[in-house]
Amino acid sequence: MEYLMLFISAIFINNIVLVQYLGTCPFMGTSKSTDVAIGMGAAVIFVMLMAVAFTWPLQHYVLTPYGIGYLQTIVFILVIASLVQFVELFLKKVIPPLHASLGLFLPLITTNCAVMGVAIMVQRGEYPFFKALLFSLATGLGFLIALVIISSIRERLDISPVPAVFRGIPVALITAGVMSLVFLAFQGMAA
Amino acid sequence: MPSVIKEFTKGLWDELPPFRVVLGLCPTLAVTSTAENGLGMGAAVLFVLTLSNAIISALRKIIPGKVRIACFIVIAASLVVAVELLMQAYTYSLYQRLGIFVPLIVVNCIILGRAEAFASRNGVIPSIADGLGMGLGFTMSLTFLGALRETLGNGTVFGIPVPWEAFRPAHLMVMAPGAFICLGLILAGMNAFNRHMSRRKGEIPTEPKNAACASCAACNLCATARKEN
Repeated sequence: MEYLMLFISAIFINNIVLVQYLGTCPFMGTSKSTDVAIGMGAAVIFVMLMAVAFTWPLQHYVLTPYGIGYLQTIVFILVIASLVQFVELFLKKVIPPLHASLGLFLPLITTNCAVMGVAIMVQRGEYPFFKALLFSLATGLGFLIALVIISSIRERLDISPVPAVFRGIPVALITAGVMSLVFLAFQGMAA
Repeated sequence: MPSVIKEFTKGLWDELPPFRVVLGLCPTLAVTSTAENGLGMGAAVLFVLTLSNAIISALRKIIPGKVRIACFIVIAASLVVAVELLMQAYTYSLYQRLGIFVPLIVVNCIILGRAEAFASRNGVIPSIADGLGMGLGFTMSLTFLGALRETLGNGTVFGIPVPWEAFRPAHLMVMAPGAFICLGLILAGMNAFNRHMSRRKGEIPTEPKNAACASCAACNLCATARKEN
């Protein structure tokens, strides 16, 4: 039950983009069409899981025992950046079709604060390993859902008579604001 | 010398982040629930950006092209660790309020974007000017947005209540939806202002430039990363 609650809360109640404001740059940058949004969302889920799977043992078996917790930021970003490179090379060699659909988004993910954010949040919340993995999976799903919803709205906005000064990012931000209002309603569920 | 001044001032208006060049949205949205938090976040970014620009431009001839992005990240991350330790020592309550967004300065696209677009191609002095200008612009924008949201949502600025008594704050503005809506309205306002100015000069108003990825300085970086693979 606890795990189910964690799962739902990470997707809806504490949605990573709309409630915690992480990963807003790709949220605005890659939400112009639904296909791109799905690809980006899938790549984020994948990298997020991998990032937590690698940084969690590092934190617990290297950083904390040796008292070098202050190096967390530098270690995590290096792990994530090299991981992204590695995943890209691996996919290119082993699963070319997947690389063709996700590869484009992988370099973008290095500077996606959602991935780094989840790795740090898991440590600050002191989650055990499997709970941490579940949390990152759910957070990634939340990102995917938010991205798919806003991209389908933006596809419609493209053909709607939006005032010229609002076209592009401004109207997308206001749409995100309204979506965030909706997601805020989920917080009533948790209480 | 004039070029140094130009590099400094472009960050204050022409390429003002995040209003003119939409970069670093996450901290912009997240920490601007009060003016004080916005100012603190801006100052931290100003510090990291200026020093990272200085170090990267000084090392630009030594850093091999193929691993430059990894090098930029290491330099930025070391500076962010320094900021974290400084904030823990001197402004602990601010550090706690900014929370996870202090370590996340390292993935702020402004840092990598300026490193790639400017510091890796220019000398130390212009790069410092660029970092200072962009950082100050970012600090001003964040403080402005923070003050606006604090006024509308809480009825205070820097913790001081606004003078008019009949004003009823809408708490929504300091929550997540308020952040998105405020920033959207400001960007639209900037667009309207630009159109007005170019009309006055007798030019045909151009389409708003702040259209997502294209205006992101890191876009350049993504594109080269894609090409190399």
